[in-house]
Amino acid sequence: MPSVIYIHPNGSRQTLDVPAGQSVMQAAVSRGIEEILGECGGNAMCATCHVYVEPDQLDRLPPMGDDEDALLDGAAADRLPNSRLSCQIKVTGELDGLVVRLPDRQV
Amino acid sequence: MTPNAAPELRGGALHAALAAGAPVPGVPVSDVDPFSVEFFEDPHRIHHELREAGPVVWLSSWNVWALARYAEVHAVLNDWGTFCSSRGVGMSDFAREKPWRPQSLILEQDPPKHTRARNVLGRVLSPAVMKTLRERFAAAAERKADELLALGTFDAITDLAEAFPLAVFPDAMGLPKEGREHLLPYAALAFNAFGPDNELRRKAMAEAGPHVAYVTDQCARERLAAGGFGAAIHAAVDAGEITAEEAPLLVRSLLTAGIDTTVNGLGAAIYCLARFPEEYAKLRANPALARNAFEEAVRFESPVQTFFRTTTRRVEIGGVEIGEGEKVLMFLGAANRDPRRWEEPERYDIELKTSGHVGFGSGIHMCVGQLLARLEGEVMLAALARKVGSVEIAGPTRRRYNNTLRGLESLPVTIRPA
Ligand code: HEM
Ligand code: FES
Repeated sequence: MPSVIYIHPNGSRQTLDVPAGQSVMQAAVSRGIEEILGECGGNAMCATCHVYVEPDQLDRLPPMGDDEDALLDGAAADRLPNSRLSCQIKVTGELDGLVVRLPDRQV
Repeated sequence: MTPNAAPELRGGALHAALAAGAPVPGVPVSDVDPFSVEFFEDPHRIHHELREAGPVVWLSSWNVWALARYAEVHAVLNDWGTFCSSRGVGMSDFAREKPWRPQSLILEQDPPKHTRARNVLGRVLSPAVMKTLRERFAAAAERKADELLALGTFDAITDLAEAFPLAVFPDAMGLPKEGREHLLPYAALAFNAFGPDNELRRKAMAEAGPHVAYVTDQCARERLAAGGFGAAIHAAVDAGEITAEEAPLLVRSLLTAGIDTTVNGLGAAIYCLARFPEEYAKLRANPALARNAFEEAVRFESPVQTFFRTTTRRVEIGGVEIGEGEKVLMFLGAANRDPRRWEEPERYDIELKTSGHVGFGSGIHMCVGQLLARLEGEVMLAALARKVGSVEIAGPTRRRYNNTLRGLESLPVTIRPA
């Protein structure tokens, strides 16, 4: 199973084995990672699943859609060049070892 | 029971099914009327029966298919190609009957038309816009909490669940002060109109005139103050995104769906917190839980109970083949308490991971006002959590009957300062 590494705002790292096909948001919410809310259930409508992808891994991800781009402007924590919505990142074997940093707030 | 016999849900159900000509042999049939007072008073028992009967149930009372399990409701919400909205999301099929008002440009459309309207409203109600409203809404919530503390005992529906959204939403829309008393009756009408042609719907239609006239007038550009959602919608005309004829109808969508829904959401939250004092104690200890306490009330009570879709082709759901042009009723409230999806669905738990509930729908039509609803719910509950020590029910509650919306007519409570 591919693994995804979540880095909490205090710097601690948590690794989850994620069934392929789940999103980085779904995996976090179902395993109790508090920093991701996912209020819209992954429909790209709420921006409460904001994460910072490790910059050197950005090109491993599919490009962001217009919805995602617009929503990120309203994310609670600062938008950075490596900001993404974790509900839009579907985990696959190719993404094994993906590292995402969690922001300190989502609303 | 022969292997092929449909499970009988209530006395006489099977018989009624045969009389009504249940379209597929072996499909569970129920004769319950989900648009009846009996149902409104206690939907949970019947939701349970419908969920356990099977993934799809034929409702012989109205000759429609019904889904009460989470998986099927979620799947249908996310398949707009097969389960369309453009033939109406109520019981009436727009391919056979003329809609009671000009068809919605967003709710009652499919892509690509839906997408265009959705992009506009999505931007008008975006997370970035919510940030600009937060402080103002929070201040209004503080004032409301102080007023309520001064009263001590009051009706949590009129004085809180209705009063707070009415104090913030019409101004945020940019509506003139006069005539706002039409907003709630208009919404009640629109949500009744999704139901069948029953007493509730007929009565609402008979009284519709003045409310429809008011709302239609407020949709015009010159009625809507600069800086509000209404003006922002009309500005999309200048940008060439929608036409000048379309803008008023999109304003109408927000006037229809933007207030009674949050009234019932907030009413649900207060009713929950009053019935589950240990959850209120948790909220008091940590007011940051306010947002989730509201969200969980939307899951637990599902203020918007039902919506329909219409099939665009023959399709199989849960092993049952359904023809083209059939109405499918989705019980959002039943899906939100399906034990197949939720560990302890009957418990109101303000720390539950609510992500994935369908109280705001799912898929392309998922509520475009969800962020606004959450903002209103969060700031109001947070203000109460900081100022109010206890919330107790202080008299008999009365239910309000509507074909789509679930909530109370009256909820007397007593609150004490923290
Ligand atoms: C607790 C409060 C609310 C609840 C429970 C709620 C529920 C829903 C649901 C279930 C849908 C999906 C309809 C479908 O799939 O056919 C929906 C759509 C919609 N809601 Fe809400 N809503 C709420 C608040 C609001 C607010 C505050 C607004 C506007 C300011 C709003 C505007 C709309 C609109 C325009 C749609 C249609 C979206 C589309 O078709 O793309 N709602 N809502
Ligand atoms: S979960 Fe709502 S935008 Fe990702």
